[in-house]
Amino acid sequence: MGSSTLSLQIAGLSLDYPGMLASGVLGYSAESMFRVIEGGAGAVVTKSVSLQPRCGYANPTVVQVKSGLINAMGLPNPGIQVYAEEIRRSKTLIRQPLIVSIFGYSAEEYAVVAGKAVAAGADALELNVSCPHVKQTGSEIGQNAALLFEVVKTVKATVKVPVFVKLSPNVTDIVHLASTAVDAGADALTAVNTLRAIAINVETTRPILNNIKGGLSGPAMKNVALRCVYDIREKLANIPIVGCGGISSWQDAVEFFLAGASAVQIGTAIAFDSPKVFQTINQGIETYLKKKHLRSVNEIVGLSHH
Amino acid sequence: MKLSDYLITKTNTLRTTNIIDVKTESLSVKTYTFKDKQCAKAKPGQFLMLWIPGIDEIPLSILNTTTEKGIISVAVKNVGNATQHLHNMNPGATIGIRGPFGNSFTQNHGNILLIGGGTGTVPLIFLAKNLSNKTKKITFITGAKTKNELLFMDQLSNVCQEKNNLIATTNDGTYGLQCLVTEPLATLLNQEKFDAIYTCGPEVMVKKIFELTQKHKLPLEASLERLMRCGMGLCGSCVIGKYRVCRDGTVFNEEQLNEIKEELGTSKLNFSGNKIPI
Repeated sequence: MGSSTLSLQIAGLSLDYPGMLASGVLGYSAESMFRVIEGGAGAVVTKSVSLQPRCGYANPTVVQVKSGLINAMGLPNPGIQVYAEEIRRSKTLIRQPLIVSIFGYSAEEYAVVAGKAVAAGADALELNVSCPHVKQTGSEIGQNAALLFEVVKTVKATVKVPVFVKLSPNVTDIVHLASTAVDAGADALTAVNTLRAIAINVETTRPILNNIKGGLSGPAMKNVALRCVYDIREKLANIPIVGCGGISSWQDAVEFFLAGASAVQIGTAIAFDSPKVFQTINQGIETYLKKKHLRSVNEIVGLSHH
Repeated sequence: MKLSDYLITKTNTLRTTNIIDVKTESLSVKTYTFKDKQCAKAKPGQFLMLWIPGIDEIPLSILNTTTEKGIISVAVKNVGNATQHLHNMNPGATIGIRGPFGNSFTQNHGNILLIGGGTGTVPLIFLAKNLSNKTKKITFITGAKTKNELLFMDQLSNVCQEKNNLIATTNDGTYGLQCLVTEPLATLLNQEKFDAIYTCGPEVMVKKIFELTQKHKLPLEASLERLMRCGMGLCGSCVIGKYRVCRDGTVFNEEQLNEIKEELGTSKLNFSGNKIPI
């Protein structure tokens, strides 16, 4: 059991700890997600799953830059038919909420994958409408208000579990798209996915990633993600937000709570640290709350707006 | 390790370097030598990611290092598109390097046994060279399909102090014993007491070796191979059980091998993350 100081409710899910595994990291197998739970995560988000399997891009799929990583994995996944079995296995191993990330190339496809994921035991869904490096899905949907509305609305009409919508930071007005997702029925927002980026090698004069462009994660993007959370909270006070982007310490996590996030997601920090990064962050938040004479992490959500 | 420490080590930052030397070892294997200060400090069992610009980036075991000169060698078997491109590259060509990644073999003393299959011999040669001055006796069993695929026999006979400590097997009997490496291994385990056993090679072979050493209640360290993408424990492409081969391995001891025995030699993830038979 988590300490009551750190436990929270978000969109109907009960979390013992405020940190979730971000989508795209490790989430292929039940065992590796369980290891992240053992490391102190309060929930896990799986790799993004589609109707048909995808092999992803050839290497290099990840390149390190100053204070971050740029990745273009290309959404590799075995397809929902096969992954449904992994969802079932995960549910026997993991007691904490299992959030299945899904994507498709049309609203109908999102809905089909959603239905299958829930039938296999997903406690909630996260709609990937923000991957910056695969065509005809991801951010091509999340950057278009009409498409975004249709996808969220169709999925909501198909499933009864909470639906999180993961937003792209690569937009002019994130609040407009956040409010579109909320109007379409989103139960919570995950803010944000990676920033579209490129790395070029001077010796060979070539872009390094096989896909040329990818998404920047890690400390380099933290304050952009933090601003996105702040902006959404300012205009949409009632929708729960999961903060995501460059969190690697308890201070980072607290900043996201203060900006308006009710929970956080961590991905890249696992590469630089280990799955136990969650424990370290949990302890740091707990000490901070004690020092501030606060009883619950919920008390600091959105505090920077007051 | 703190985030800032990891970034400062530059392990994961791509460096470009030029190939200094290419040597043909067999019909399908070539050795590449180049300068890279970070990887020249690698320990036996570690691997690097080699970028073939515009083509791919592949994981490779480290064969040899000359730390003070910052020079390193890797052996590359031509198995597909990326390695074909690399095999066509000559001295002077530019490649990219990340690493070294992963853990390394524990360097034990006493009576040492190493078993390598195919290119699995590569990290074991590196290890054996490191151990040769420190240890009492080294026995090496090396196996391949046929005579001209047996790798680095000269280096192996140098490392094994006595000639009869080097045992070669081939599937077709064109050199050494006509059998799998597990046959002489079974005999040796009944005759001798070993302080440490190391292996690397096809996973079906590793599994059989694990079962044999378990029967004799002996320790074992095995270096495993999986599809690798990020090389830093993030993407999950290389997971076996709860372990990430790139970060928690590639070397696993007998306790860890026992935890992953259901998947060992049986299944692995393919490019889509689907579990497929080995």
